[in-house]
Amino acid sequence: MNIPSWRAVLPFAAAALVAVPLAALGGPPPTPAKAPAKAPAPAAAVQDIQAEPPPFSEGIFPCSQCHDKAGDPTPRQLAFHDDLQAELHHGPPSRWCLDCHDNGKRDFLHLINGKQIPFTESYELCGQCHGDKYRDWKVGVHGKRTGMWDGKKTYFLCVNCHNPHNPRFKALKPEPPPIPPQEQGR
Amino acid sequence: MSDRNRLPVIQDETAGCGADSPSRRDFLRTAAAGAVIAAVSGCKPDAVVEELQRRHLTELSPARLQEMLGKLEKKWSAQYGKAVTVGARPPMPGVNFGYGLDLSRCIGCRRCVYACVKENNQSRKNPQIQWIRVLQMDKEHGVALNHATPYYDPEKVPEPGHFYMPVQCQQCRHPPCTKVCPVKATWKDPDGIVVIDYDWCIGCRCCTAACPYGARKFNWAEPNLPAAEMNPVTDYLGNRPRPMGVVEKCTFCLQRSRSGRYPACVEICPVGARKFGNLLDPESEIRQVMERKRVFIFKEELATEPQFYYFYAT
Repeated sequence: MNIPSWRAVLPFAAAALVAVPLAALGGPPPTPAKAPAKAPAPAAAVQDIQAEPPPFSEGIFPCSQCHDKAGDPTPRQLAFHDDLQAELHHGPPSRWCLDCHDNGKRDFLHLINGKQIPFTESYELCGQCHGDKYRDWKVGVHGKRTGMWDGKKTYFLCVNCHNPHNPRFKALKPEPPPIPPQEQGR
Repeated sequence: MSDRNRLPVIQDETAGCGADSPSRRDFLRTAAAGAVIAAVSGCKPDAVVEELQRRHLTELSPARLQEMLGKLEKKWSAQYGKAVTVGARPPMPGVNFGYGLDLSRCIGCRRCVYACVKENNQSRKNPQIQWIRVLQMDKEHGVALNHATPYYDPEKVPEPGHFYMPVQCQQCRHPPCTKVCPVKATWKDPDGIVVIDYDWCIGCRCCTAACPYGARKFNWAEPNLPAAEMNPVTDYLGNRPRPMGVVEKCTFCLQRSRSGRYPACVEICPVGARKFGNLLDPESEIRQVMERKRVFIFKEELATEPQFYYFYAT
């Protein structure tokens, strides 16, 4: 699993703590209630999702620990979150923290229309640009689910596999190859 | 097994129990053979005779089946030092399993291979048995077996210019393997899974030769299954320990899938390339894949009609 590193999720965590304290501590997500009995109808899918909590690190979230009020919205070189800024490779170079993170409520993200959403619903934010993947994800064609094929599932959020700051899936070390028959003892 | 080919179901097992036995000659012959084998092998004669008298799995009475499973549980619990359960989960009504594999996602990391080995109690080495084989292919040539290797071992995958195609039992609708089995030790269940009764298999390997996907593996030696790594939740037709000299293959993890769970390879896949569900349910993941993406089946020209679909999601 390509879970973003501790450093990578720092700002995320910082922003989201107030909104979803349970998720931050690795507890159940706020609305785990009913997972669909069968695969959900696309419209209902988003409400019914029982997702893995976003990969926050302890200590950095909620963001409002430090960001208690709105900051300077001007894109600039940051002094504190410089590590994240350095690894930020998502779309055009003009991409800036507050494109996704909300400046007013730091523990939330926001959509392009200004609607604030908690970190547990970040798929809505991703879906603004990646509509085709979002559509596929809602019906289980993109992404990963675990649990029961005919019952309760755990859905992985976009950010469980893709570091939102650097979303390209990282290469992995493969498990060992099979032993050729001629090298197997009889 | 289709209804036409189904063997008659015998409600209660009385064969070899005395005067009312259906065939006294059968009984005597079996008993004689049993006595000879027992004498040669030094086994308890009762157990051997009983083993030889057993009927085909589909003909066993529920009571006899339970008794048989109980004995296996006892044997393996002692052998592996843990509470081993051996189920005989029947196919679920209204379910026909389908599997989807997204070739545009698979990175060839082989996590599925080893999750499968662990879940299904395969022999670890000498013989090394793996039900999934991940083929590395060239993007230049597409799905072409003459440009494929399972032995790639780079530092990191995926490698540029390559894509990866995991191959396992395709659970064909017209399985050549079951057709050639001389003793009906392997058959297709109504939920689409091609199963093997390892105790019925005579090890002739006709099925292995008949399978065009190389999905069937043979236990050339006594399987090497370390007790500590043995998965104690087993099914008679699935991941229970196998003896030497029998054929085995992917069963869609029937000990999991027939209880509603995803197969182990689906759950381990780090890129979510593997999709699994009920082909008869229009909302299932596999049906959604077929609805939205172009799927293909491997070696379509052989008319085996697999229930395993490959697709490219992008």
